[in-house]
Amino acid sequence: MKSAVLVFPGINRERDMARALKLASGHQAAMVWHAETSLPKGTDLVVVPGGFSYGDYLRCGAIAARAPVMDAVRAFAADGGLVLGVCNGFQILCEAGLLPGVLMRNARLKFICRDVHMRVERSDTAFTRGYNAGQIIRVPVAHGEGNYEADEETLKRLEGEGRVLYRYCSPQGVVDEPANINGAAHSIAGIVNERGNVLGMMPHPENHVEDIMGCTDGRGLFAGLVAHLEHAA
Amino acid sequence: MKARVTVTLKSGILDPQGKAIEGALKSLGVDGVASVRQGKVFDIELSGSDKAKAEAALKDAADKLLANTVIENYRVEVLS
Repeated sequence: MKSAVLVFPGINRERDMARALKLASGHQAAMVWHAETSLPKGTDLVVVPGGFSYGDYLRCGAIAARAPVMDAVRAFAADGGLVLGVCNGFQILCEAGLLPGVLMRNARLKFICRDVHMRVERSDTAFTRGYNAGQIIRVPVAHGEGNYEADEETLKRLEGEGRVLYRYCSPQGVVDEPANINGAAHSIAGIVNERGNVLGMMPHPENHVEDIMGCTDGRGLFAGLVAHLEHAA
Repeated sequence: MKARVTVTLKSGILDPQGKAIEGALKSLGVDGVASVRQGKVFDIELSGSDKAKAEAALKDAADKLLANTVIENYRVEVLS
């Protein structure tokens, strides 16, 4: 799996992401600067990492979403290429119009930095095939604006088409209000686009991939992507 | 030319920041505050003197960047 990790000013999780990608695939990810107008040849996966691009000025992800490299990402996604956005990356993908909806200020207004639990809703997608449907995984979050919102019609479509892949839940797997850390609509932690090749999620699977991190629940996502690409090849 | 673009949240969109400000105003004892919605103001200086052109450019700016029209409305005013 050849990955390209986008780098915008103010992004700070790109090296964690590159490390997780290397661990899963054996390939060193290419770091792609925001001013580039193309992606490296043979890229299988584009990752928009977390951080605070442009200091979260204007709206989270708004300025990064208009960077030159995003046109290349749009073309890549339109061609069926896999795109993963984590945290600020999710915000950027929404602002870029690659995913519907928007990430608003956390309902309880606080920045949340801790481990959360997520329920994997289905296992038959590129982004979840490393897990079982209904599996509960523990992954860290670190965000002030992760409260996913979309209009009723969009939410209905997301649910109807099975595009909510990850949902906040209790350690036992109960999806309820207390477990919905940021007040997201339908406890949404991660969604895919209509075609299923673009995923945005708030939690950081790349930070739970090695024993030294205390948990390896994030590995499944990357292992699943590698398996998906091998299967497709 | 001076212009102003005002961006506000659409009605029905939850505004936790506005709610917090509303709570603070109430606890300060400011009388008669029923509710608060917060937004953004952009003061923009434009070259040229064609008002219609300026309005079109500002709308373009708001649609492309200043507002996220999924959740926000905007108003464009050319002031002078």
